[in-house]
Amino acid sequence: MIELRGQTLSYGPAVVLENVTLTIRQGERVALLGRSGAGKSTLLAAIREKAMVAGKEVALVPQDNALVPQLSLFHNVHMGRLHRHSALYNLVTLLRPFRRDRAEVSELTRELGLEPPVDQPVERLSGGQRQRTAVARAIHGGGEVLLADEPVSALDEKQAPEVLATLISRFPTSVISLHDVGLAQAYCTRLVGLKDRRIIFDMPAGEQNAADIDHLYAR
Amino acid sequence: MLPTSTISMPAEREAKPSLRRLQVVWIALTLAALALFAADLQISAPSPGAVLKALAMGFARPDFAALENLGQALLLTLTVAFGGVAIGAVAGFAMALLWGWRAVRMLSLSLRSVHELIWALFIMTVTGPEPIAAVLALALSYSGIFAKVFGEILDEADPRPRDALPGRGMTLSGLIYARLVPSLPAFWSYFCYRIECGIRSSAVLGFVGLPTLGFELDTLFKQGRYDGAAAVLLLTYALILSQSLWLRRRLVPLYVLGALAYLASLSQGPVSAAGLWQLIGVDMVPAPLRGADPGAAGTWRAFGDWLWRLVSHEVLPGAWATVLVSYLAFVLCGIIALFAFPLIVPALAGRIGSGFGHVVLVILRSTPEYMLVFVGVQVFGPSMLPAVLALGLHNGAIIAHLIGREATRIVPGLRPDRPKGAGLYAYELVPRVSSGLIAYLFYRGEIILRESMILGILGIATLGFYVDSAIATLRFDRAAVLVVAMMLLTALVDWGSRALRRRLRVGAVSTRPYC
Repeated sequence: MIELRGQTLSYGPAVVLENVTLTIRQGERVALLGRSGAGKSTLLAAIREKAMVAGKEVALVPQDNALVPQLSLFHNVHMGRLHRHSALYNLVTLLRPFRRDRAEVSELTRELGLEPPVDQPVERLSGGQRQRTAVARAIHGGGEVLLADEPVSALDEKQAPEVLATLISRFPTSVISLHDVGLAQAYCTRLVGLKDRRIIFDMPAGEQNAADIDHLYAR
Repeated sequence: MLPTSTISMPAEREAKPSLRRLQVVWIALTLAALALFAADLQISAPSPGAVLKALAMGFARPDFAALENLGQALLLTLTVAFGGVAIGAVAGFAMALLWGWRAVRMLSLSLRSVHELIWALFIMTVTGPEPIAAVLALALSYSGIFAKVFGEILDEADPRPRDALPGRGMTLSGLIYARLVPSLPAFWSYFCYRIECGIRSSAVLGFVGLPTLGFELDTLFKQGRYDGAAAVLLLTYALILSQSLWLRRRLVPLYVLGALAYLASLSQGPVSAAGLWQLIGVDMVPAPLRGADPGAAGTWRAFGDWLWRLVSHEVLPGAWATVLVSYLAFVLCGIIALFAFPLIVPALAGRIGSGFGHVVLVILRSTPEYMLVFVGVQVFGPSMLPAVLALGLHNGAIIAHLIGREATRIVPGLRPDRPKGAGLYAYELVPRVSSGLIAYLFYRGEIILRESMILGILGIATLGFYVDSAIATLRFDRAAVLVVAMMLLTALVDWGSRALRRRLRVGAVSTRPYC
């Protein structure tokens, strides 16, 4: 479905990953693991590129600038679907959301445990609430493949699994970078470990032993 | 244990301003719609199309030969600009040293709240239409601005060097070493920026009869020589747009010295102290008080009647017209800024489109607004229409330029799956630039008010119209009262705008971006 073959990936002038070969198959839930700076975000960007070329509909949960702080929670979630509506519909929605859309978004945010009213500006939300808003935006937009970069890093131990489970359940295929190995093993079907500019392991979840993990995070 | 309500309450209270912002926009638009009915927006010129066509023809074939005094007008425009700004800077610097004094701050406020064109009208009655009148007018108005900006620079100077000196640096050498010297680069950079403004102001001073470029434009238009008028306009653009080539900071001292030397060499008309005293000590004294017995009750009743007639017949109608013109121009400016800024954002207008957009915005923002209105009055006749259009377009183009630049910087940092076209504009860019847009709009609003007052000189019934006619009929006492009314209106609007800005939580922008 999505295939990288012997590719070298760089971030600006610096080479981040060398000779990457990775195939994502339909229905897989892939977790990307590794220390920060190992190249998870760069790999996700490369996967997105391939998916776009292949004509897949991609839903994205990026780490930075994911939201427009001045807009309301509702509008940020609605932005996931901008491309499905006409420009006129979107402009009217910007000034005054339609009741049907509002109800749908409210339902979704409740499901993700977001208490603030949907007309609250995002700049007044906490870090965890913002992250759940970004997750809601991806779910609302929908698509064939989910590409998420640390989507639950700002959530506590109770919320993180719940939100991750909801997010993953809405997409047939997903690739998610995570720093929490436990979460990855519990919710993903396949784990990919990145270190020293290459993939050091790529195997079904549960087959890693403690040594693999220790090695991944060792300096 | 903390009750949860104490945590959620501040968040809810803070959520309000952003909602209120949209409400304020609706209220502003409704008021503008009402103002449209109250304002005189008719086209009074008999054949605006013909004038516009003739002007377009003129631009197609500008006649530079029509300007016999081309070189002279150009030279005087620059001389007045450098001389006036330099004298204003020295006077402003002196005031800035005493910025702690309330009286100095008040003086600075009254000097800068009166436009240089109004100062020129007064000064010309003493000196005649000589270059020195233009220099003094510019110097008076700019000294007030310099005093404020220099004073603020001194206030903001790093206090540590001063505190380290014995006696906390409260001595003359402490002042010089610890505050003046560190502030010099900021003074110099502001001075050079102000020179650019001075060149435009100097050109515009010609419209009241002083021998700069505006005079040539005025004369040629009135003679119907549109090819010559087009030549003056093109020359003005060339002068303003080529500034980056010849207005180098190192050369500025040379230009200033040259200007002062040239001014000194000009033969001046007779300027007598007696003439000045006649203006201030006699002519500007209200007519009923002139030579009257201050003890007699009749004197003051006559003065009261005089003042009331003036207020009800000239001050109030003039102020109302000023407010209408400024408000409509202010709203138009906001609308233009909002819809024109995408013109220069490559992600929205395309690479070629944004290049084109830059050209349009450069032309609109580098034409002095007074010139734009002047051309508009020639085409449409003296109603509020050309004033509102020109002020809105000029200031809107300035804000669109600043906001468009900011938006262009924002785009590359947005998420990779950002929307395109209308979605990018409405959902990503407009919300992100909205605070800046409102802050610039308030700042330009103050400039719009100042400009709309003096547009009266072009025949639009704002306060400047009454000042101009009072001076033309030698009623300087009335003119003085009208000028005070201008200052009060400026102060009132300034106060209101500051209060509104605080409610909307919009910061002030520096007075640097444009003249």
